[in-house]
Amino acid sequence: MSTTSGSSRRALQPGPSGWLAAPALAFFLLFAIIPLIGVLFLSFTSWDGLGEIKLDGLSSWTTVLTDPVTGNALLVTAKIMFFSFIIQAPISLLLGVFTAAGQKYRAALAVLYFVPLLLSSAAVAIAFKALLDPNFGLGAGLGLPILAQEWLGNSDLVLFVVVFVIAWQFVPFHTLIYQGGVRQIPASLYEAAQIDGAGRVQQFFNITLPQLKYTIITSSTLMVVGSLAYFDLVFVLTGGGPGYATRLLPLHMYLTGFKANDMGAASALGVILVAIGLALALLLQRLGGKNRNASQLEGA
Amino acid sequence: MASITQLPVPPSAPARPAVRPRPRTKGPGRTRPNFLGGLGGWLWLAIIIVPVYYVVVTSLKNQAGFFTSNPMMPPSEPTLDNYKLVVENDFARYFANSLIVTVGSVVPALLVSFMAAYAIVRGRSRFLSWTNNLFLLGLAIPLHATIIPIYWMITRAHLYDTLLALILPSIAFAIPISVLILSNFMRDVPNELFESMRLDGCSDWAMMWRLALPMTRPAVVTVGIYNALGVWNGFLFPLILTQSPETRVLPLSLWTFQGEFSVNIPAVLAAVVLATLPLLVVYVIARRQLLSGLTAGFSK
Repeated sequence: MSTTSGSSRRALQPGPSGWLAAPALAFFLLFAIIPLIGVLFLSFTSWDGLGEIKLDGLSSWTTVLTDPVTGNALLVTAKIMFFSFIIQAPISLLLGVFTAAGQKYRAALAVLYFVPLLLSSAAVAIAFKALLDPNFGLGAGLGLPILAQEWLGNSDLVLFVVVFVIAWQFVPFHTLIYQGGVRQIPASLYEAAQIDGAGRVQQFFNITLPQLKYTIITSSTLMVVGSLAYFDLVFVLTGGGPGYATRLLPLHMYLTGFKANDMGAASALGVILVAIGLALALLLQRLGGKNRNASQLEGA
Repeated sequence: MASITQLPVPPSAPARPAVRPRPRTKGPGRTRPNFLGGLGGWLWLAIIIVPVYYVVVTSLKNQAGFFTSNPMMPPSEPTLDNYKLVVENDFARYFANSLIVTVGSVVPALLVSFMAAYAIVRGRSRFLSWTNNLFLLGLAIPLHATIIPIYWMITRAHLYDTLLALILPSIAFAIPISVLILSNFMRDVPNELFESMRLDGCSDWAMMWRLALPMTRPAVVTVGIYNALGVWNGFLFPLILTQSPETRVLPLSLWTFQGEFSVNIPAVLAAVVLATLPLLVVYVIARRQLLSGLTAGFSK
């Protein structure tokens, strides 16, 4: 992507009409941007989901900000985000490197690794609910008492169970991203390193990791921002419980809006969700320097 | 594969793999078996496969067998009764609904995203770069935070509990990532091809369909499969925008089925298997297309 070819193109031709982008833009404005503004507006109203929407000043915000459940939901979200990231990122990276190499058995394993990509979150949650049952699940099957716990009923354990199930579902996707990233590293770099006598571990830290910089940024951004969207899995797996132990922010928003019928408060929670998502995305971009999308954008 | 299963893992090897150069035959220095990597690879396979195995095995048990037999053992008398029960409970309708929503969202999303990507890559107006920035922003925002205004819009448009209610926001949510991947691929189409077509008097509209589309066809198919996966497995929109069995899609049907037949775990798991089967077929047929395209989109 060189700016010179771009500018010569510019000189030669007018380029297509912006109208070609209009249908996509219209859909996106109507069902994403307007709702985004709408969620901010609704946070200043009171609405039960059926009746009239009434302007209600800051009362929804007061409710949300003074409710200890909100703070708890933020804490649960932060914990799940943190533990998901530190578990998923290294596993995905290592599996990506592992499956990118040429061996036949690794290719065969990779075919199976990606099977969770096919399952819906609802299916994953239902499967794990059955599997984690202390009497009729994995623990009973293997005869290991340590695996036969009330995984989903124990508020100390349940968070880590959720993190594990999330990893089970999403590591394959990030493995795929890393696999693609590793395959684009020029083989000549490894050849040169071998001539210099670098071993596998040195090659990993001196070539693979630095070369994967942009892949790491992309994957991490998707992982962290994505953890704000773990709604359906947790909803079906635990419903947010026991108590409030796994009631993370998107779930709290849904339950406030559609179960407690307080759409105003739910909208305020939605605004918080958007703000956190944007802040995280910007922070990660800043941390990683300019990513490729941004640089491509500038070159185009 | 053989080398991993036959050779014991040396007790000291995992901690510190030997660091010395090796003669290579092919590939980036992977002639010496990587025991630690292999071990991790098989371990992860077990983590992925055990739940899948459990689901399939349990779905073939009758209810008495489920309560009495070892959960991890295959049934002594496998039965398809659970599958029969699931099929008799309107599985075909839910399947058809999922198919309608998926095709109805993915095809229009592809069409408008492709046109937008073409305009963004080939064009140079301020409007187009602004549009592109907006789509990139859409990638960073947890769009699910907007469910409450979307619910409001859908109810006001009298679309609540229709399949169109699922299709419209699904199109919008698919656009940012589709435009990003398609435009990444479109940038690789050599500019000379466009210029020579232009010299032949081709309009942008004609170039889009006769040059850009054939050149980016793999990407179009890939983005299509990727979006189809997301819509097919989507849970949140069906949960908030539909309620009757007539408009129920597969992931939601799993959840309601679980509610109705909560005691009959084998039947619930048979529903999980049946709901996943269509995607498994797609995976077997189009695995390479799906996987290679996904990585290309994210790590380009």
